[in-house]
Formats: sequence, structure tokens, C-alpha cells
Amino acid sequence: MSLSLLLRHRFPSVQMDMAFEVPTPGVTVLFGPSGAGKSTIIAAAAGLLHPKQCRIVVDDQVLGDTEAGIWLPPERRRMGLVFQDARLFPHMSVATNLRFGLRRAAAGPVRFDDVVDLLGIGALLTRRPHTLSGGERQRVAIGRALLAQPHLLLMDEPLASLDSARKAEIMPYLTRLKTTLKLPILYVTHALDEVAQLADSIVLIEAGRVLGYGALSEIAARSDLPLARRDDAAALLLCRVVEHDAPRELSRLEGGGATLWVPLLDVPIGTERRVRIPAREVILAGLPPESISLHNIMPGEVRRITADAGRRSVLVEIGLADGALISRVTPDAIVRLALERGRPVLALIKSTSIEVLGG
Amino acid sequence: MGFGLPLAIVTAWVLARYRFPGRPILNALVHLPLVLPPVVTGWLLLIIFGIRGPIGSLLHDWFGVRLVFTTAGASLACAVMTFPVMVRAVRLSLETADPGLEQAARSLGAGRLDRLFNVTLPLASPGILVGGIVAYATCLGEFGAVITFAANIPGETQTLPLAIYAALQVPGSEAKAAELSMVSLLLAVIGLLLSEWIGKRLNVALGR
Repeated sequence: MSLSLLLRHRFPSVQMDMAFEVPTPGVTVLFGPSGAGKSTIIAAAAGLLHPKQCRIVVDDQVLGDTEAGIWLPPERRRMGLVFQDARLFPHMSVATNLRFGLRRAAAGPVRFDDVVDLLGIGALLTRRPHTLSGGERQRVAIGRALLAQPHLLLMDEPLASLDSARKAEIMPYLTRLKTTLKLPILYVTHALDEVAQLADSIVLIEAGRVLGYGALSEIAARSDLPLARRDDAAALLLCRVVEHDAPRELSRLEGGGATLWVPLLDVPIGTERRVRIPAREVILAGLPPESISLHNIMPGEVRRITADAGRRSVLVEIGLADGALISRVTPDAIVRLALERGRPVLALIKSTSIEVLGG
Repeated sequence: MGFGLPLAIVTAWVLARYRFPGRPILNALVHLPLVLPPVVTGWLLLIIFGIRGPIGSLLHDWFGVRLVFTTAGASLACAVMTFPVMVRAVRLSLETADPGLEQAARSLGAGRLDRLFNVTLPLASPGILVGGIVAYATCLGEFGAVITFAANIPGETQTLPLAIYAALQVPGSEAKAAELSMVSLLLAVIGLLLSEWIGKRLNVALGR
């Protein structure tokens, strides 16, 4: 099953021409600088904007197609929309806000009590929106959108107006929502930490064009895409905790076709965790080093080498059995190791450099 | 008043939300009673709604309704005179209402009328109520248009200022005029305080 979107529209200052296809269910993050066209996609999907050409298909169901003359107004489209500002109706209680879409929608699978539980808003039901904190307001707004029984949930920078404490408060609810509901989600952000925690797929957008799209673990490690050029560039692996070695104070994770040792984790065996490996922390070697403090030596293959002349360094994309890593090294290192495409290489990573993200 | 307010809301809605060819003309027409001498407005009403006027004759022939020199006529004159005040108040609150909330309502499946009655009007309610109360208070003080269109018939078409004016014309009834003036002053103050209070209460309820 998949979500595919095509959009062509001419604005006075920029020509938008974007298309992508990602698997469903799951969270697809639209990532890029402001003005790139991320919100245009959301507005078009919601029907608030009528582009020159647009086609949206979710799981073989055509939700909009300007060519075929299928272009429903927003109120008949069943897209759940969550804005940056919560936009709760100030003259209604939280419960009435939540039921606003529910009462107007055809019967669907999303139940009131489930949503209230999922988002932890049971204690807020009788309150007025202006008495809620920013994080609470956003949770109610998400619940309201879900209860309208949408085919697709559209979230336009839902956390951008919150400070980092509020963000941390709401993040676990989003992760839960993503795993509990089998609903495709389009999520706009330009915060990389949200991408790392939530995204299954990512679409990179710049100046009205799609630079690349695909599974987050693949795109994050692509040395030829802009994510790799960032200071905080990192590979992401989806891992499972398989062993705790209490005496050595280490935990073993498996994912992406690799084994990783990290400082002991306080979670049960079998827990799934996202692991972030910064490009600056990955050392490359031709032969296994001896007598070294390092725990993680991963065999891989050089997939792509991209020069970053401005930073006098080179980005090396390393393919693992089922995933990829990215490493930022000096041009000299490339020469000394005679690295080239297709060559086997060892990626060395300190356990303490591996960042295990929260569930 | 009863007829004036819904009509004012519709007019304000149209003026606030839609751009159409006749919009400046409608806008001017609505505001006309504000700038025209009230006596002229009354005279125009007399021409239009008089028994021989284009609308007045129809009303008289078909329904047997006579507006000129009746209580209903006085109400009509008041409604016309206060119409601009109401339209302005409603339009202002409609224009300051957040269009983002309407977008949210749309995405949640609310159609045009649904949005108007469940989102836009409740949010504009402070402006609408304040406009209504101020208009009502103004009504009580209407003079020129009423005396022209509905005359000065005690107990029927006599508004407060008309009564005060009549009292002043009769030697020795200054006390009565003063009394009536005090009533007028009291009503005006109550009207203003009430509108202030209700506006504040509603805004608190809306979390503003």
C-alpha cells in the first residue's frame, strides 16, 4: 500500500513541480527550508488550495485528481488537518471541540474514548481552550482531527510553536499515535529531531522541487542529498534490543543488518528503538584494528563518495546488509585508504557516540 | 430592531466577505442614513413607504398595512436610522474573527451555513450584541426621521426626544421636560454600561 502525490502549480515567485510515492501506513515527513513548498502540499491535499495540477492517491483510493475532475472542497474531503496554532474553537469546551468533526463525519473506526486515552486528554474535557497549555491545546487539536475519521492526517508544523519542554511532553503521544493507528500521516517540519523520532519516510523539498524521497534510514545516509551536508548529519537505524550484558554495563542492539553495543539501556529485551549515528563519529578502516577501546566494528561497502569542498571534507555513504551509514572524513583519508565505490570498508563507532532515541 | 439585526448581520457578512460589482453602492446605501440629515431620511421613507409610494402602496393594497404615522412606521424609521451603526459593529467583529478557525471548521466537514452559525456568528457575538444595544439606545433618541415619517402622536409614535420637544413647546412644563431628559440620560447610560458589560462577559467566555 502506498501514498502517492503529484503537484504542479505556478506561484508568482516560484514554480512548484513535485511528486513522490511512499509506503503506508506510516509517517511521511516533508522536510525542507521555509517557502520550499511543504505547506503548499498540505494546503492542496486539504483542498484549501486549488493547484493547476494535483493528484493524491492513498491505498489505491483517489482522494483528488484535477485531471479527472475529482476535486472536492475541504469540508467533503475527510482529511484531518492539524495546524501550527491549534485553532481550537474558543467558544466551545474541549469535549465539544473534539466532537465537532465526529458529529459531521460518517461512521468510522476512530472512537472517542480511544482518542481521549491515546492523547491523555481525559482530564481536560470540560475545560475551555484558553485555559489549556500550548502542548495540551495541540493534543486536543490532534484528537479533533483524528475523530473526523480522516483518510489521511495532515500535520503542518504541529510542534513549531512549542518550546522544547512542551515538545518533549507531546512527542511520546505522537509516537504512540503512529504505532496505534494505521493511518497515513503527512508531517511538515524543519526540525531534524522530529524527523529522527517520527519519520518512516522522508521527502526532501527545496524551491518547489523534490530532491529525494524514500525510507528515512536510506535518505538520511545519502551523501548526495542536503541532509548529509548538515553539521548534525547522521544515519538512522531501526534497531531492536536483543541482549543486556549487566556486568559489562552494555546492551546489544540489532538493526540495519548490523550489531551495535551501547551503554546499558533500561528497557526490556525486544524493545524497538531508533538509533542515531552522527556522521562525524564514524571512523573508517581498511583492516580491523587491534587492542582498541571500540566495541562496534561494522563491515560495509562504499556506496557513494561526495566531496563537500566548502568544508574541506568528504562524505562517504556506507551500505550495510540492510541499511546505511554516513561518515564525514578528510580527503586525505580517502586517498590513504584508497576508498572508491564498491570497496569493502569497516565502520568504527564508539558506543558512547551512538544516540539511542526515546520510544 | 427585531427585523433590523438579522438584516444587518446578513449585510455585514456580505460586505465583509464578498467582493462584487455593486459592493461600493451597497456600502454607500447602508451608510447613507448616517450622513444624510434625518429629516431627509424621513422624507425619503415617506416617499417610498407612503400610501402612494412604490412600496407603501403595495403594502397597503395587498396587506392593508399602513406604515405612515403608525407605531410600526416609527419602528421602521428607527431601524433605518440605526442600520449603519449595527452593520458597522457586526462587520468589524466579522472582520476581526480569525479566518483560520473557519479553515479548521471546513477541514472538519462543516459546510458554509454550518460554519456561519456554529463558528463565525458565535465568535462575532460580542460585536453583534454591543451593536444591537447601542442601536436600541439610539433608537429611543431618534427624532428627525420619526417626526417626518411617523409624526408625533403621543403613545403611538412619540419617542423620548419628541416628548421632550413637545413639553418644551408648552409654557410651564419645563419640569416635565427635565424629568423626561433625566429618563433619557438614564437609558443612555444604562445602554452603554450594559453593552460594555455584556461585551466583556462574552469576551471572557471566548477566552479573549
